[in-house]
Amino acid sequence: MRVGPLTADGAPALDVDALLDDRSVGIVVCCGSGGVGKTTTSAALALRAAERGRKVVVLTIDPARRLAQSLGIGELDNTPRPVVGLDADARGGLDAMMLDMKRTFDEVVEAQASPEKAKQILENPFYVTLSSSFAGTQEYMAMEKLGQIHADAQRDGTYDLIVVDTPPSRSALDFLDAPERLSSFLDGRFIKLMLAPARGPARLVTAGLGMVTGALTKVLGAQVLKDLQTFVAAIDTVFGGFRQRAMKTYSLLQDDRTAFVVVAAPEPDALREAAYFVERLSEDRMPLAGMVVNRAATAPDGEVTADEAMAAAQRIRKRDPRSTTAGLLRLHADRRRLVEREARLRERFAAAHPQVATAVVPALPSDVHDLAGLRRVGDLLAAGGATAS
Amino acid sequence: MSDWPRVRLHVVTGKGGTGKSTVAAALALALATEGKRVLLCEVEGRQGIARMFDVDPLPYAEQRLTTGLPLKGDGRPGRPGVVHALHIDPEAALLEYLAMYYRLGRAGRALDRFGVIEFATTIAPGVRDVLLTGKVYEAVQRNSRNKGAVEYDAVVLDAPPTGRIVQFLNVSNELAGLAKVGPIKSQADTMMTLFRSPRTAVHLVTVLEEMPVQETADGIAEVRDVDLPVGGVVVNLVRPQELDPERAGRADAEEVAADLSAAGLDADPALVGTLLEEGREHAERRALEQSQRALVEELDVPTYELPRLPQGVDLGALYELAERLREQGMA
Repeated sequence: MRVGPLTADGAPALDVDALLDDRSVGIVVCCGSGGVGKTTTSAALALRAAERGRKVVVLTIDPARRLAQSLGIGELDNTPRPVVGLDADARGGLDAMMLDMKRTFDEVVEAQASPEKAKQILENPFYVTLSSSFAGTQEYMAMEKLGQIHADAQRDGTYDLIVVDTPPSRSALDFLDAPERLSSFLDGRFIKLMLAPARGPARLVTAGLGMVTGALTKVLGAQVLKDLQTFVAAIDTVFGGFRQRAMKTYSLLQDDRTAFVVVAAPEPDALREAAYFVERLSEDRMPLAGMVVNRAATAPDGEVTADEAMAAAQRIRKRDPRSTTAGLLRLHADRRRLVEREARLRERFAAAHPQVATAVVPALPSDVHDLAGLRRVGDLLAAGGATAS
Repeated sequence: MSDWPRVRLHVVTGKGGTGKSTVAAALALALATEGKRVLLCEVEGRQGIARMFDVDPLPYAEQRLTTGLPLKGDGRPGRPGVVHALHIDPEAALLEYLAMYYRLGRAGRALDRFGVIEFATTIAPGVRDVLLTGKVYEAVQRNSRNKGAVEYDAVVLDAPPTGRIVQFLNVSNELAGLAKVGPIKSQADTMMTLFRSPRTAVHLVTVLEEMPVQETADGIAEVRDVDLPVGGVVVNLVRPQELDPERAGRADAEEVAADLSAAGLDADPALVGTLLEEGREHAERRALEQSQRALVEELDVPTYELPRLPQGVDLGALYELAERLREQGMA
């Protein structure tokens, strides 16, 4: 078990090192809402695992520029690159890669279709927009790339751990829904409708269809409709294989060798998303290792409560309105209140989800943009489960 | 006096986690003074407005949310305005749009039956954004000819995050690759005329940390690049300012101990040590904030600051933040 004793909030502690050292775990997926430090957490976990002897690749989606540079992936080229500057004693290794969703999509098309058909698809205006800007493409492509890297690693023994940073989705669930949405897209009535004329028998061309195409022509214009029809017909074959692989990746995620880590911040919105994710993972029978709560306020030493500090600050201000001590007491009160509020939020989460092992990581004064910073986050992650107990 | 007297459409964007929804809500309250009517829109299906204002989840229909700040233009007490809210749902927007512009009748219903609506709103690239922005456009452009509909003095849009904002607003470009001519194209062009006019302002929310500030700078450049009007930068979650970081960082232990005793607190060395440590940390963080603030100032757009509230943001806090925005001239 990677779960340690209970933390102060009532949640069991997440033992990060036990997770990373567990050789049976081959994939760690970090998920959570935007702005909670998911990318940093993924990179820090990957680095720590590498320095503890694992052969790791980290698949990031949209890292901050300087973090990307420090990982040696300043350029987005869809290929894992070795990270330079690992601890000299490290027996493992670390590669990093930034997902290029359009290129991944293009590669799928090229691998699945005949050269002639691939060209036709790649040039279609619907494909161009779909592959570069459709909300959801990133999720599909992250799944696709994970499947590819995993298959390669199995074959060549290149990596024994893949750490995945999920896209900053509108909804945290888009990542899990990718295969399902893709299937419903392909089985959708509209796609069938668009394919019908291309597939032959005119019996499907009913009065209803005539009315629909008429309406679409009116709204979109005839050329758009024609482009759309060509696109749908061409992409159908490609998507068949893609769907199959997406389903395969989905079952890979359900496997015991996968571990999900939900990343959150001690904010109501982020914890609500985290709760949603925890529930969804259990519904889909995905293995949840635990939750990381980033950016936590650290409790100050001492017994003085927020109210006592505020009252004392007021008394001091009566004598000296510009008193530094009064200012310090006010800071202390604010910090106490923040710590109490965060603890309350985490307690509420733990009450609803008592099974979720948690590591709490204190807020850092500045952003992380080098390996030393990531190493420090790794230490805090490992301590976050341990000291909280 | 407001810095944005001509602006009817306030678009609020920002990096995830900077509190853009809070700022959008506070701005709507701040604009709703002197009987003015303001519409607060959300487009990301999160029901954030309902949560912030503690009301039931919003339907796809404008509804009265609350009253705004009870202030006159000069800041003296006055009659409040009204904030309405709208949760824009793309499927409903598409059906409404088709009914409004094309009078499709039975064909419109057939579209729904054949799954076209579902396709268009979930899969078809760009269409979703055009529908969402189209509804916002309609609310801004409304006039007395639209019988029964509320006319608004201002519309505040809680928009997608900075990374997606240009794609979201630059609708005619999104469609350009698909529909080069035709009615949708000309409607997108009309919408762009409003979005590019001085009646629109794209405000960016940030916090004083490196990555969000960098993303804000990049966002401003991108917004300008496509000729959309940049509004102000709202610096959110600012640490308390009353304590001078110089003094906080170099507080004297004996002086602090004496003050504590005089105020009736037990001035044990551990407490004094904690307070001094907190002071040093505060000074360090303030210094980092100050260096980021200097970068924000270099952006050369009006900036507004909102404090970090230790108890979190509740309904009362929204009004407090609205007043801060008003004092600083954002509304």
